[in-house]
Amino acid sequence: MRRPALKTMSLIASALIVLTACTPAAPEDRPKTLKVVYQKTDSFTALETMFQAAKQEFEAANPGVLVELQPIQGNDDDYGTKLALALRSPSTAPDVFYEDTFKVRSDVDAGYLLKLDSHLEGWGDWDKFDDGAKAAGRADDGGTYAVPLGTDTRAIWYHRKVLEAAGISVPWEPRSWQDILDTARKIKANDPSVVPFSMYAGKGTGEGTVMQGFYELLYGTGSTLYDEENKKWVVGSAGFKDSLAFLKTLYDEGLAVTPAQALDANVWKKVFGEWFPNGKLGATVEGSYAPSFWQDGGSYEWPGYEQEMGVAPFPTQDGRAPGAVSMSGGWTLAIGAGTKEPDLAFSFLSTAMSRENSLAFTLDSSQIAVRSDVADDSGYQAANPFVKDVSELVSVTRYRPATSDYPRISAAVQEATEAVITGARSPEQAAGDYDAAVTDIVGGDNTVRK
Amino acid sequence: MPARTGGRGLLRYLPVVPAVLLLVVFLAGPVLWAFHASFTNAGLTGRNARSPEWIGLENYLRLLVDPVFPLSLGLTVLFVLGSAVLGQNLLGLALAVLMRRARRAVSAVVGTTVVAAWVLPEIVAAFAAYAYFSRDGTLNQLLGGLGLDQPDWLYSWPMAAVVLANIWRGTAFSMLVYRAALNDMPTEVAEAAQMDGAVGWQRLAFITLPMIRGSVATNLMLITLQTLAVFTLIWVMTAGGPANASTTLPVLAYQEAFKFGDIGYGTAVASVLILLGGVFGAVYIRLLREAKR
Repeated sequence: MRRPALKTMSLIASALIVLTACTPAAPEDRPKTLKVVYQKTDSFTALETMFQAAKQEFEAANPGVLVELQPIQGNDDDYGTKLALALRSPSTAPDVFYEDTFKVRSDVDAGYLLKLDSHLEGWGDWDKFDDGAKAAGRADDGGTYAVPLGTDTRAIWYHRKVLEAAGISVPWEPRSWQDILDTARKIKANDPSVVPFSMYAGKGTGEGTVMQGFYELLYGTGSTLYDEENKKWVVGSAGFKDSLAFLKTLYDEGLAVTPAQALDANVWKKVFGEWFPNGKLGATVEGSYAPSFWQDGGSYEWPGYEQEMGVAPFPTQDGRAPGAVSMSGGWTLAIGAGTKEPDLAFSFLSTAMSRENSLAFTLDSSQIAVRSDVADDSGYQAANPFVKDVSELVSVTRYRPATSDYPRISAAVQEATEAVITGARSPEQAAGDYDAAVTDIVGGDNTVRK
Repeated sequence: MPARTGGRGLLRYLPVVPAVLLLVVFLAGPVLWAFHASFTNAGLTGRNARSPEWIGLENYLRLLVDPVFPLSLGLTVLFVLGSAVLGQNLLGLALAVLMRRARRAVSAVVGTTVVAAWVLPEIVAAFAAYAYFSRDGTLNQLLGGLGLDQPDWLYSWPMAAVVLANIWRGTAFSMLVYRAALNDMPTEVAEAAQMDGAVGWQRLAFITLPMIRGSVATNLMLITLQTLAVFTLIWVMTAGGPANASTTLPVLAYQEAFKFGDIGYGTAVASVLILLGGVFGAVYIRLLREAKR
């Protein structure tokens, strides 16, 4: 009996010795390492390409520095979660990372991001960035914490042949919500098997519901989600009810997809991969990046999409100025607040975002350029026939109110649209539920009735 | 003498020390951390990520007034009762009993088929179930072939779909446990009952079940705890929707902690889940004790 026990003890003892030997060696023995975290999916490898190029360039220019690329595979939501978890602990926090513009402010609040002002001063390229895009990386204290990579806009994408078959002249230029309904009804009358005009709704499509759908409606009514000046959330607005009522009309009359299809989180794949290429969808609201799915090497290659698709700005409710609405998101590169090598990290960031790398990335991912020297490049302008149209929408575009309460508010909006399209609540009831939810989330003092 | 036995007694536990240490570090640690976090307003991002504050029972009070919570609790119990206690358990028992009487070839084919679903990694099984129940999925194509209605299962009957999927995936475990238990049963007892004129169901109810009671309790305990924790299957099939109609507690905890970045509230939901597992566990442990008596 004693011998096995002794044996076990000696095994444990030797395991302990081996384990202690694994503790990291003194830092001066090792080369400096920069940890870079970014998103990579089967349909989005533009960033991977960019960082691979930057790594080679940077390591050649800085001997003794190792760039460790750590791509995270996952959709935007999952990437955001994993990144936030990594940022929570100094031992896992990356030095340079890919950051969604609408998370910048709350991540600055959390103390995750390094203030870049002093570094940006010495970077000549910074002057070439668009002022609107620069604002996306700025926090409440006025400092800049993230450098924009690119941006996007939203517009109506329509199938020329489907519209022409219903006797609608292209290019189609709807001037009001009524124009959209009239056109959709004509398409349905002509061919009931076609979905005339769909807009995302419900919680299934998440941010897609609000970014490519509800906000285009809401911001075209003259109302808004958040009063930026007074920093209060808007409740009880007529525009909110009107927007829900418009969705109800679309879904009740069968002008959009069925509610069951709308609530499927994968519905956007059908939009890009099935319905548009097969001419089964008249029009929908989607991002400026739509061509990246259809172009060579995209997830749903569609030769000839340039001739079959058209793009139009989303109109305001009754044609009021400025006549069109668009929403913008976009991504940035940021540096971790706890980095041991802030200068090296910024130097890597600027290498990754050099003119050549930015141009290649912008083309690869069908982004809207935020650097003037990229926007002026002939390759950028000739990438697809829609670049000019969607880039012009930057003049009317809006950004989400990126406070830390935003994800919950957005979920409340998504719930309101879901309740309306499934017929569970009337637009008035759903708007009332939303008001109650917002008051509950931010507190009555932080809301304003408009 | 007493000192010596004491020393030996302690030494005896030495070999399990590493295992206990691992359990403490990797199981008890996270549970305690989650329990602690549920009393704070810790966030994934924003100001509360930097300096979470102790807010006492506020998260739990919020649970009481959150309309989604009672729904979610009810759905969790429904999911466990429907897919584990009734579905997997009864189907597993039925398969095990029937396979004893079936021909060797039949029982081999059935056994392999059932176990195949269990061998699949959870994520693969979840995608298979999604493909089966989705609008243009296998089930609707079969129903269409028979000229029947083709409802959108994941939208109209989300709970039924996830319960059925979990039965499909988990039945193999119960079947294996019961087959082992039945094989251990001495055949003389069943033969004696047969001689006394007990028919099939009587032998099952009065002879077989009481004799394998211990296995029943163990099996129920294991599949209940497994089913309580099911996340991937539901997340892939319905993501808790539509309108929270399939949001069980694990899905709710995930949504709150990671989608809304409210780690404090999410861990409060998770703590309730642990408690619920404890309640089920206590019931089964009682059942086990009585079985031993």
